[in-house]
Parts: sequence; structure tokens; C-alpha cells
Amino acid sequence: MNADGMTPWRLVRGTLVIMVAVFLLAPLAVVVIISFSAAPFLQFPPPGFSLRWYDLLFSTPAWTNSLWVSVQLFVPSSILATILGTAASYGLVRGRVPGASFITACLMLPIIVPGMITAAALFGVYRGLGLNGTLTGLIIGHTVLHIPYVVATVSSALRVQDVQLEQAAATLGAPPWATFRHVTLPLIMPAVMSALLISMILSFDELIVSLFVSSARVRPVAVQMWSNLLGDFDPTIAAIASVCFLFALLVMAADLALRGRSPRIG
Amino acid sequence: MASAVLELAGVRKRYDSVVAVDDVDLALETGEFLTLLGPSGSGKTTTLMMVAGLQQPDAGRIMLNGVSVANLPPYRRDVGMVFQNYALFPHMTVRRNVAFPLEMRGTPAAELARLVDDALALVKLPDHGERLPKQLSGGQQQRVALARAMVYRPALLLMDEPLGALDRKLREQLQLEIKRVHRERSISVLYVTHDQEEALTMSDRIAVFNKGRIEQIGTPEELYDRPATRFVASFIGDTNLIGGRVLGVADGVCEVETAAGRIAASARTPIEAGAAVVVAVRPERVVLVPVRMAGTGLEGVIIEQVFLGTSRKYVVRLTDGTEVVVLRPISDPPFEQAAPAVRVSWAPDKATAFSG
Repeated sequence: MNADGMTPWRLVRGTLVIMVAVFLLAPLAVVVIISFSAAPFLQFPPPGFSLRWYDLLFSTPAWTNSLWVSVQLFVPSSILATILGTAASYGLVRGRVPGASFITACLMLPIIVPGMITAAALFGVYRGLGLNGTLTGLIIGHTVLHIPYVVATVSSALRVQDVQLEQAAATLGAPPWATFRHVTLPLIMPAVMSALLISMILSFDELIVSLFVSSARVRPVAVQMWSNLLGDFDPTIAAIASVCFLFALLVMAADLALRGRSPRIG
Repeated sequence: MASAVLELAGVRKRYDSVVAVDDVDLALETGEFLTLLGPSGSGKTTTLMMVAGLQQPDAGRIMLNGVSVANLPPYRRDVGMVFQNYALFPHMTVRRNVAFPLEMRGTPAAELARLVDDALALVKLPDHGERLPKQLSGGQQQRVALARAMVYRPALLLMDEPLGALDRKLREQLQLEIKRVHRERSISVLYVTHDQEEALTMSDRIAVFNKGRIEQIGTPEELYDRPATRFVASFIGDTNLIGGRVLGVADGVCEVETAAGRIAASARTPIEAGAAVVVAVRPERVVLVPVRMAGTGLEGVIIEQVFLGTSRKYVVRLTDGTEVVVLRPISDPPFEQAAPAVRVSWAPDKATAFSG
């Protein structure tokens, strides 16, 4: 088959790719453009441009408070999820744990079970513990919610990594903790960092569990956006959405940069 | 026992229903190079892993320097190990790889630097310290692994098919390197290979494994010239196997009646008259003479002559159809005519009869 024979197929493929990209990106572009709108309503295309909605966003306590709550939430919960998830993966993949696959399945439950059920379950448990409406409750909830992503990412990195490296370290005199710190962890670091960054993004964006567990005083950004959308809303919502988008973009860029820097192990 | 670095007594290991290592006894003297040789799945690697502490025996005793290591994890056993796939830490430079065991032992910086330099010089890679393992060839990587496994002077060096991933030429070169390192540092080595030539070249003694058991332990010469079992005879070197029945035994030599005639062979295990036996004899031990010359032996016809450079190989078909391979030095003249009739024979102490 010659090059001419390939052209129609390439054309179809190219068109499809572009259409999918437009379909995915156009709403984002519209939101970002509206956030700079000068009009007091959601209007597209905007009649003029201004920074008034960003101004309003960062001068309204409801928004700034919720942004601060989100930071207090996603930083500890993503770090906790990463540490616990990595530890669990190491134990489940490397150790000889009876029922390892059952335990793994249990850890994965939060992404299999509908979010509403997890949220309702947390709410029920928290009621007895007095954790509803507290930052601690939110942090624990988000940690549980994001451990599956860490376990999935880190476990597959561990499975790919050669066990002989750890055996070699052991014969060379490294106790288990030293082996983990000097050999295993550096080699799975790209996966661990990815897991951390994914949990950050997910935590910043998480709505359902936050909705159940949060209160008027402890209200993360996603919940604030939700309640804002239920009432009268103006382009401030586009501004906060753009901020969230920028956050996710920065985290993903960080992930890419980290991957580029880490030594490629062949 | 003078000074055994390593002693195994009644060591046994099973995986589910398969017995991987069955009642293995072994002693390794200080400074000795002992090879565990056998086909894959014969238990040699499992034995090595148990010595390293990476596998746990189900029964038996393993003693390092006279002390049982049953309750010692790998990192507390005074051994170094070289793996087939090098197992170098890919994220560390060559230097840091070699320094790793010393760091784990808290060696002071100055001494650490000196020992690492010394080890890299020993394996002839003094200028490669700052490279990453992936920037080295396979042979170089295995030398780094060797330097890393012995830089802390372990009591025993374990090597698991260390040359298995290398091509033939490099393998032969590294065999000599490892022997040189062994000699210069008089380090005790437990070596695993399935390559009988490698085992013969390198070892002080060889333990031949088959189906989880040791068939014979001895020097390369002993195994080659006086195999204890039929398996050893056929696994090490090339061997002619000729079946027959024992007519009588006298002074450790038995007379064997075969379909092609009568031959004599040593009986190293008790064999009675009337027993069915297999006689094993090395191609280079077979004497080949034209049939017209006087003598005893088995008569046959040369069906093939092959020039091998340093020797010439003959395939003789005996009157009953059995083929016997004979090797003769190249200085012996070849047979000129086609399909010459010949007689093959050997000194009785160069052939061994096994019941079977």
C-alpha cells in the first residue's frame, strides 16, 4: 500500500482526534474566558474583560476561607494517603500476607463503591465519634478515599521492580528498613510522587464526601462551589473554577517535571 | 574437618509437593572454590539461596564458620552474593554500589574510599566509578557486582550462574577473572552453574546435583575419570554408554558381555555377576586400531571422521549397531580408505560399569 492509500484514513483519524480535543477542552476554555468577563452574568462571548471576579473571589471571606480549608485538607490527606498506601502496597506486594488479594480488594473499595455510599457510611461512623463537621473528619475521609489510587499506582511500580535488587541489598548487609529506604523507595519514587499529586488534585476537587462531612464553618472549595451554584451565581464561579483548573495544571506539570528528572530505569 | 567455612547437614526444602533439595550434606573448606553443578531444577540454586538466607530450609542444619545460621536473616550472615542478572542498584553510581555494603556496616569514610578503590582496581574498573550501571556492558556490570560482593571481605562468596547472561567469549574471559580474584584474595567461593565446562575449568571441587540430591562430590579429575553414577558420567563431558551383562567380577574389574563382544570396566559400586550394566567410557580413552591388528575389543566400522582442529573425532558403528565416539589427537594419522573395519578397546580402569 502506498502513501496515497493511507491519506483518507489519516484524515479521518486526525479529524477525530481534533474533535475529541475540542469537545474536552472547549468548556474549559469557555469557563476561563468567562472568568475574565466584565459582565455581571454568565455571558458568552463576554462583552468586555476585567479582573473584577477574581477581585471579588479573593475579597469574599466565604471563598478565601474555603480555599484555606481546602489547603488544610488536601495537604495532610494526600500525604497521609500516600504514606499509608505506599506502606500497604509494599506489605501486600512483597510480604507474604495471608489473604493479600482480599485486603487489596478492601482497600480498593472506595473507588468501586458509589461515592454516595462511602460518604453516607463515613457520616454514620462520624456521628458516633463526633467527627462530622471537623477538619480531622474531612482529612480521614479524603485519606480513605484516595488510598486506592496510591495502592494501584505504587503496587504496579513494585511489581515491575526486580525483587533481586532487594535480595541483593539484604545479602550485602542492609536490614529491611535500610533496603526500603536506599533501594526500593528511590526506585518507586516516580510512582509515589505521581500518587501524591493525583491525591492532591482529587482531594481539591472532591465533593460528595466533603458535602456529607463538612459544616458551614469547615467547608472546602468544592462544597462552597456547589452551594454557590445552587443559589444565584455570577462569574465568580468561573473564576474559582479557573483557579482549580490552574491548580490541577500546575500539579500535573510538577508530575511531568519529576518524571523527566528521575533516572529512567530500563 | 580442618576448617570448614560452610557446612550443610541433611538440608531439605520442598515447594508444595515438589522436593527441591533432598537431604544435602556439604562442607566447604576455607579458600576453596566449590561448584554446585546440575541441570535446571536440580536444587543447586535453592541450596545457594538457603545459604544466603533468602530461602528457609524445611529441615537440616546450615553452619557458617561453625555457627548455625538458622535464625540469622540474610543481612546478618557474613556472605556476599553475585546474581545472574547483576542486581546492581540502577539509581546509584558504580562507586556507590560498591560502597553500599560498607555503608551498611558503618565503615569510616577514609577506609571506605580506600576499600572501594581497591575493589574497583581488583576487577579492573578503576575509572568507571562515576558511571551508572546502565552505562556499562554486561561483563563490566558483573565485575562491579563481584567487587560489591567482596569489598567487605565476607567469609563466603556466593555466585548464582554469574556468567549465564554473557556471550561465550566474555564468559571465558570472566571465568579467568573470577579465578584470579579467588586466588589473589584466597576467598571461599560457592558457585552455581549448569555449564559443566565452566565447572571443570573453575572449581577445586564440584558437587553434582540431580533431582535435589548430590550425586557426587569431588575434584574435576575425579568426576571426569571416576564418575560415581551414570548421571555424573553422562552429565560431565561426553561419554559413550554401552549396555551389557556382567560375566564376572575380579579385583574391582568386571568382564562385560555386550551384543558386540566382550569388554572390561571398573566396578566402583558393588556389582554381581549376571547383573545388567551400562559401561561408560570417554571418547579420548577409547583406543582405535585396524581390525587386522591383533588384540581384544569390540569390532566395528568407522562411519564418520570429523576434523576438530586439535583432535579428530571418529564415529564407529559396532556390529550390533551401537555407535561409539572416539577422539584421537590430530597427530595420529587419519584412516585413508572408506569405512575401515576397526576394533575399539580401552584400559579397564578408564571405563566404569554402572548397574542399570
